[in-house]
Amino acid sequence: MPTANKFSVSRYAPERGAMAKLTARDSVVRRLDWPILLSAIALSFLGALLVWSATRNRTSLNQGDPYYFLARHALNTGIGLVLMIGTVWLGHRTLRGAVPVLYGLSLVLILAVLTPLGATINGAHAWIVIGGGFSLQPSEFVKITIILVMAMLLATRVDAGDLAHPDHRTVVKALCLAAAPMGIVMLMPDLGSVMVMIVIVLGVLLASGASNRWVLGLMGAGASGAILIWQLGVLDEYQINRFAAFANPELDPAGVGYNTNQARIAIGSGGLTGSGLFKGSQTTGQFVPEQQTDFVFTVAGEELGFLGAGLILLLLGVILWRACMIARETTELYGTIVCAGIIAWFAFQSFENIGMTLGIMPVAGLPLPFVSYGGSSMFAVWVAIGLLQSIKVQRPLSA
Amino acid sequence: MTNVPETARTSRVHIRLVIMQVLVFSMLITLGGRLWFLQIRNGAEYYHEAKSNHVQRVVQPAVRGSIIDARGVALADNETRLVVSASRTALMKMKDKGKGVMTRLADVLDMDPKEVMDKVRLCDSQTPKPCWNGSPYQPIPVTLEATTQQALQLRERPEEFPGITAEPTAVRRYPAPGGARTSQVLGYLSPVTDEEIQKAKDTDSPHLRSDQVGRSGIERTYDRQLRGKAEVTSYEVDNLGRVMGQTKSDPGIAGSTLVTSIDARVQAVAEYELQDAMKVVRNETDNITGRKYEADSGAVVVMEAKTGRIVAMASQPDYDPNAWVGGISGKDYARLTSKSSNYPLLNRGIQGMAPAGSIFKVVSASAAVRAGYKFDDKYNCSSSYSLGGRSFANFESKGHGPITLGDALKFSCNTVFYALGHKEWQRDGGLSPKKDAHDWFYRTAREFGLGSETGIDLPNEVTGRIPDRKWKQNFWKANKNAWCKQGKRGGTYVEQIAYESCLEGNQLKAYDSINFAIGQGDVLVTPIQMATAYSAISNGGTLYNPTVGKAVISPDGKHVEMIKPQSHGRLPIGAKTISDLDTGLRSVVEPGGTAAWRFGGWPMDKIPMHAKTGTAQVYGKQTTSWLATYTKDFTIVMTISQGGTGSGASGPAVRNLYNAIYGLTMDGKPSPKGALLPGPQAGLPRVNPDGSIDSPEIRPYVPPSPEQLEPPVLAGPPPTRHD
Repeated sequence: MPTANKFSVSRYAPERGAMAKLTARDSVVRRLDWPILLSAIALSFLGALLVWSATRNRTSLNQGDPYYFLARHALNTGIGLVLMIGTVWLGHRTLRGAVPVLYGLSLVLILAVLTPLGATINGAHAWIVIGGGFSLQPSEFVKITIILVMAMLLATRVDAGDLAHPDHRTVVKALCLAAAPMGIVMLMPDLGSVMVMIVIVLGVLLASGASNRWVLGLMGAGASGAILIWQLGVLDEYQINRFAAFANPELDPAGVGYNTNQARIAIGSGGLTGSGLFKGSQTTGQFVPEQQTDFVFTVAGEELGFLGAGLILLLLGVILWRACMIARETTELYGTIVCAGIIAWFAFQSFENIGMTLGIMPVAGLPLPFVSYGGSSMFAVWVAIGLLQSIKVQRPLSA
Repeated sequence: MTNVPETARTSRVHIRLVIMQVLVFSMLITLGGRLWFLQIRNGAEYYHEAKSNHVQRVVQPAVRGSIIDARGVALADNETRLVVSASRTALMKMKDKGKGVMTRLADVLDMDPKEVMDKVRLCDSQTPKPCWNGSPYQPIPVTLEATTQQALQLRERPEEFPGITAEPTAVRRYPAPGGARTSQVLGYLSPVTDEEIQKAKDTDSPHLRSDQVGRSGIERTYDRQLRGKAEVTSYEVDNLGRVMGQTKSDPGIAGSTLVTSIDARVQAVAEYELQDAMKVVRNETDNITGRKYEADSGAVVVMEAKTGRIVAMASQPDYDPNAWVGGISGKDYARLTSKSSNYPLLNRGIQGMAPAGSIFKVVSASAAVRAGYKFDDKYNCSSSYSLGGRSFANFESKGHGPITLGDALKFSCNTVFYALGHKEWQRDGGLSPKKDAHDWFYRTAREFGLGSETGIDLPNEVTGRIPDRKWKQNFWKANKNAWCKQGKRGGTYVEQIAYESCLEGNQLKAYDSINFAIGQGDVLVTPIQMATAYSAISNGGTLYNPTVGKAVISPDGKHVEMIKPQSHGRLPIGAKTISDLDTGLRSVVEPGGTAAWRFGGWPMDKIPMHAKTGTAQVYGKQTTSWLATYTKDFTIVMTISQGGTGSGASGPAVRNLYNAIYGLTMDGKPSPKGALLPGPQAGLPRVNPDGSIDSPEIRPYVPPSPEQLEPPVLAGPPPTRHD
């Protein structure tokens, strides 16, 4: 344990060796939420296998090295774990002080995407190419900073005991702070991420105890906004087509509907136990586009069957369940709001990602947390796990 | 931050957290449910879909089986040709819809670019031929007659001709051995349609997209046996169609060989003689109308009397079946289906209908015997028969006095049968029929196989018509309104008839029965029906289902499946009556008989000949010539629409056919050319150990010269009247 952490309970305990400290009853290690951690590790491990299976034949992507994506996914997971440990180490309360800085930084990053530094991948101008085969998707990190900045604003006066619930002024301020990066992401356009952010904002507002009017009003505004966008024809045709193809993939089986159709065939053909890893014909035949990223769930469906795909749902369920528990047991509103934001984020992103492969949601370019290949997403979700752990760990024992 | 409140949790936040939790888990449950639905409930369906997704089938069509005649001469076989095909799917993907490619292709092939484009367009109800009525995913043949030079040009510059292939391919050929086209009997092929693929999907002989299907004739009847099974190799492919492995190969089986009972030599004679007879009568003037005979169509059927097997079947007008190979051209199709060409696709042997005329009298004589009249009693052959002020004349109004039924056949006396038909009609109750009316004439006609299909192994045989009381009633119901509208009392002949028909067209009148007794009026028969009935008289009473197919031989020659003659019943008369009819029909070719002048010099003692002539009247048209004949082995029935009298128009042709079959000259001596078929071809052609079948040489039919046709001196002068 770092001595810098003045608020550690262990500071008042007798001096102990490092090993003893880690294994002590009150140690951070013992107090970590292990179900979440193990589930996240299991998902990342499964993800590594699935990404490997999806890419080992895609010579145009893997530069001739069948292990290329496997290694990268493992590396991303490792970095993610380090980020998580770092987050726990710092603690979410320490980070609270740094929120304005983080928020500013993320704004700069997404603005950079709009400059010539940005790159377009799969129709979304959402990337910054770093070099050496690495690229960054700042909108993933924006999800975290939106949660943190809103939580900070909404919780401050409540946690101080001044108010029972955030007042309207605070809510407006928080919404404005959230809207700024969302607007930029919208310009990229990365609609999938914007959708997730809207849901995050809703979750945050819900957990903050803000007036019902805000929650319902925001939902109403979202619905009418969607209708307005549809009617005004702001969306590009490909975006509308995506939507139409989700409703009826046979509409255009060679075009937009192809993805959804092939994804559904892959999953459906898996049956109970699947065809076995590396043995899925849809996967080896590369019939499903973007299979290592957005459509990674189809590999699980085809090769691991209902049992494997169900396991992914189960592991996600464990994380979400534990996160809900942490949210409910945390005594300070700040932690509750952060938890709720993360729950909204994980739940909606997973539902959208898996739902689109199952043909019950329109296609949107969103990764499946932990499982999909992609560094930025992996780092962001592990930081989120770090935040959850930190909220759990730093909860007073007596609470 | 040290003063963390013990509980900052208000109930509002708490409730909202619970709501959130519920929402989150309903999402997860939704996903799980959907996953179960896709993988467990509908898993099998998607499994198959995935299977077909990654498997590319390469089809090597089976070589279609040959159709050979009774001795092994090929009537339909295959030859290898350089076929240039266009992939419609590839062409349609191009910006100009393949126009550029097709124009260049037309240039190489010396074709009109428009013709090429017409050939690859898809057929629908509005598109005239040529068009492609097969699957749009199958390469469409543009020409079957590319030269090696042209094929090389296409292959050397594949980048200029994307979607175009030039491959040596087995193509159907109808060689017309010895001039025997056998057009309508063989039928033709055309590409399988999507509809047929769907229909045959779950049967034991599913279609492939590349299949050609028999559309008529024996090509259709025996399509399944002739088609064989294509070799299908399944390759596992990825999403770009790159082959990842061969999964399985379904070995193909070449189509079986169909041995027919057709004798190409006799067929050639039949075709020639039919056409020639029609040509001849077109130069003769019809006494009744004063015009030259139209002879618009005709048919001849040569049948084995003891088995019902078809030895030859010709129908005029005919066509070259090769016109269909590789997609029929617009011009050809228009010609084959137009009124001006009088529909050469029709096989008049089984689809041509006409009143039977006097060849029907065997039925009437049998009916009379069944009704209780003695065959050898004397019946008055007056010159005319009166009925209610109307006079029904004998042919050329000549009387013969009291004669037997046998002589009534010999002279083809109408009045004898008029009287019998009328009497029976009266006995059955006339206009108010008895409940248990015998209807001997109508019943006998039906039991001779008239009014229903003979069951020949050719598609779309017609039934003809027996106008009995029931038919009358139904026909009247269907046409009453039109008749009543058109009918006018005391108007023109047609109007008067319509008027009468409107009032009482449902009644079987006396004159209906009188007409029916001599095969006139509303009765309609086909040549194949008459051939079946006369064969039955020849063979002692068995009505055989006529067959063209004789055996199916597997491609390796090891399995031979005989197509056995099958009977659909017996004549409704006893052996005595059959023998009486036989004698009567024999007397027709003996001096005094209506066909005698055509069979002068025939060796009656060695090969007894039997015949019945017929000259059927059709309202508004010239008379239809009928000639039904048989020996102990063969039955030949010939008809020429608007061709004049039975013996006059058809006589020489039938005689020449018999001469060729038995190898005789006009004076009954053995011909130096030899007999084509002294008796029915019993066995099958010999199959070599390798499965091949040797085809005997065949020489085209050389028709007899005018000197050879000089009839020998007759026992008497030619009769003044011949029916």
